[in-house]
Amino acid sequence: MTQDLKKTQFERRIIFLTLFIVVTLPLIFPLGLKTEITPLVQNAYDMIETAPDSSRIIISFDYDPSTITELQPMAQAIIEHCWRRGHKVIATALWPQGASMADAAFSFVIENGYKDKQYGVDYVNLGYKPGGTVTLQALGRDFQTIFPSDMKGTPISEIPAMQGIAKLGDIDAVMSLSAGDPGLMAWIMVASDKYKVKVSGGTTAISAPGFLTYVNKNQQLIGLLGGLKAASEYEKLIGVKGKATVNMDAQSVAHVLILVFITIGNIKAFRIRRKTRNAQMN
Amino acid sequence: MILTLIIGIIVIVSEFIPHPPFGRLTQTFESWFLIIFGFAIILGQISLVQVNLNKISRREENWIYHLIGLISLFVMVVFGLLWGTLETGGLLGQGESIQAAIGTKPFDYLFDNVYIPLSATMFSLLAFFIASAAYRAFIIRSFESNLLMITAVIVIIGRTSFGSFLTGWLPERFSFFHIPLLTDYIMEFPNTAAQRAILISAALGVIGSSLRIILGIERSYLGSDK
Amino acid sequence: MKRCFLLFALAVFGFSAFAADIFNILDKPWDEGTELLIKWDLSSVIDSIHISRADSAGVLGIVHVSRDAKGEFTEGKLQPDTTYVYSLIAFLRSPKTSDHVYLSKTDGSALIVTSRQFTNLPDTLKTTLTIDSSPKYVSILKAEGFPTRDWFNRKKLPLLFLLLVLSTGILVFIVLAHRGTDLFIRRINGLDAMDEAIGRATEKGKPILFVPGIGELDDIQTIASLSILSHLAYKAAEYNTNLIVPCKTSMVLSAAREVVKESYLRAGRPDAFRNEQVFYLTDDQFGYVAGIDGIMIREEPAANFFLGTFYAESLILAETGFGTGAIQTAGTAQAHQLPFFVVSCDYTLIGEELYAASAYLSRDPQQLGSLKGCDFGKIVLISMIVIGVIFEISGSTWFTSMLNMVE
Repeated sequence: MTQDLKKTQFERRIIFLTLFIVVTLPLIFPLGLKTEITPLVQNAYDMIETAPDSSRIIISFDYDPSTITELQPMAQAIIEHCWRRGHKVIATALWPQGASMADAAFSFVIENGYKDKQYGVDYVNLGYKPGGTVTLQALGRDFQTIFPSDMKGTPISEIPAMQGIAKLGDIDAVMSLSAGDPGLMAWIMVASDKYKVKVSGGTTAISAPGFLTYVNKNQQLIGLLGGLKAASEYEKLIGVKGKATVNMDAQSVAHVLILVFITIGNIKAFRIRRKTRNAQMN
Repeated sequence: MILTLIIGIIVIVSEFIPHPPFGRLTQTFESWFLIIFGFAIILGQISLVQVNLNKISRREENWIYHLIGLISLFVMVVFGLLWGTLETGGLLGQGESIQAAIGTKPFDYLFDNVYIPLSATMFSLLAFFIASAAYRAFIIRSFESNLLMITAVIVIIGRTSFGSFLTGWLPERFSFFHIPLLTDYIMEFPNTAAQRAILISAALGVIGSSLRIILGIERSYLGSDK
Repeated sequence: MKRCFLLFALAVFGFSAFAADIFNILDKPWDEGTELLIKWDLSSVIDSIHISRADSAGVLGIVHVSRDAKGEFTEGKLQPDTTYVYSLIAFLRSPKTSDHVYLSKTDGSALIVTSRQFTNLPDTLKTTLTIDSSPKYVSILKAEGFPTRDWFNRKKLPLLFLLLVLSTGILVFIVLAHRGTDLFIRRINGLDAMDEAIGRATEKGKPILFVPGIGELDDIQTIASLSILSHLAYKAAEYNTNLIVPCKTSMVLSAAREVVKESYLRAGRPDAFRNEQVFYLTDDQFGYVAGIDGIMIREEPAANFFLGTFYAESLILAETGFGTGAIQTAGTAQAHQLPFFVVSCDYTLIGEELYAASAYLSRDPQQLGSLKGCDFGKIVLISMIVIGVIFEISGSTWFTSMLNMVE
């Protein structure tokens, strides 16, 4: 390994160690930093808030445990919001582990103040279906062909929360929490563009900029929750201090540390350039 | 290639002609895709087992890790088959005695306590790599890199709670310079404009690629240019 | 003559006095069988009309309310080839011979009975029921509709026009290229550097790593990636450099294996190909990344190629590869992942450069022609954007409305 590469490796290790320490401290000693609500999150919140009473909302769990830190708090906050408004929540998943994420989210919210919510009446978990966009297009024509029963094997015709839902167009709104493909993009293309169902969603912060193009006057996407900050904003809107709010302290401090690294990097680059220029002049 | 041509033309035409049989043909193709997709999963598992078994049998470097990988695969498959997962039972039922001992089914126990933390750990590497990439990337060398750095600083601060703290005192008429709002402006306008430009050109690339594939001009994905 | 005119006028008046109410349901033409056109023309003076549709259980639900005696309304989101039963209830201001009476019960619910039924009600019951002060009478009409799929969906007309223009442009340039016209294509550094990367790997005696992305085989980025793999595998076979291709999905595995095998065959080195070179890792996104990171750290490939669909794992791959000192080329059409590749990789193919790669590498005139056709498409789209902006600024929205027609 060359000298330069070894030096780069050493610098990276210093960066990683510093970041680890700086991120850990706010988790142990919370700073209580405040979050401001942004329009994108407000629009997503309003979509659920202004939906007619007892609306049927699909929450699509299109992620796996790797992105649980950013997306699970969103799921929990949205479920709580839906139940406060009296909406029925229908969980689907385009990723295999999404169904487990849905179960975990429902269990968490029920344990934290919603023990009266009944499976089948207030919420239902239809489970995972492969195929992505192709599956959603088939769902647009006939719900029962794709989801003949829920995860427990109960035919959907016997589930009270599913009464009157023959196809995707009968759903009042969709919230897709997505970490990649298939996910939010598929819901926008099929549910929003083709079947005119209201679609909003949440993604990891890293993927969020790519979906901003769909937040337009045609309302292909109504608002967007991008990352942990958006999850904490949503928690603030529903008046809950959840995991996202707690973890935002660490994220804020980490961002500041990255700015410090950028400054150090620039100082280092400036010194190298000056040294090179001096050497050339000599 | 003939199959690609015929199906490609049918799918394009079906987009504009709802009348049967075109509308139904697309649904049929979609169903075929789902069926093939399901069967293809088996192919992947066979490949995984073959590759790892070969490395183990030849005692290649780090063969022990390949053995651990295979054992993990089989353990999860066996646990899932025998006692099922969540509400679904397995060949030996719901495994009530095991659930009483460890609190949940074996498959779910390993999923919750091994798989989930491992997955979250891999994703959390991003935080460290973003830091090291930012240290390297945002160096002022030219006008463009200067612009990049200024924008990056605004967006990084705007995405934290410090953003509103730093500029929350600004009067209403200067609210444009409030960092979180400035961040939203940057993400909504310059960033979106650039993304749309890339999206549009990529979409044109898709049309060009698709036409080449449908017409049989491009055949390299089949393995041969001939 | 005068007598004939009088008789004619009387006939017309008489006809209009006894003109039938019209309530028609027509299939909306040139659609995908999801819309019905509901028309009504009532001879009486009305207060309002309610149009209801029966669901599968026969229960009526109001779909439209109007105060016009004559009008039409389009209902959408219907299922094609299904009979729909509609009912029009018109609240009239004056009675007709075959009218109904609209009653309100004390509990606030509504009841519609015929005049004859009302007359036969006992007085005691009549006192508990009230006739709404106005309207007093209702007329009920029923009709059926049957939406069918037509031979063309008119809402897709702008899309069809655009598709024809773009496709024609591409085909024209393909024909021109076929006839030997020299077409200039700018340099794409990432693709030019492919030979350099392979050469470096060969010198060092290290393998080449090719990651075809996490997309499925139906993703056009994956197909573009496999096209590049074909060229890369050919070069690797020629130089006798080891090639490692980990795949995320089984369908991509089988396609990639065929591509690499054929390339080795073309290079005259079928014996050098091993099935283990192209293998399946896992379907899990971060499990796949973990596996590739392990390969990069253990095998230390001298050249890494990340071409295809990538999401959040892009930076993890690129940074790990950077840490090993490999020369890296990345390419994706995922615009939000490009910055991470640009930062950590030596060369990055941005958006359409990935799709152009196969044409660029093969230098086949017909494929190059299609690239020029895409440039023509860009000119068309830029013109449309400029025209649209001018129209919007001038206050005319027909251009945008025409494009918004597309479903």
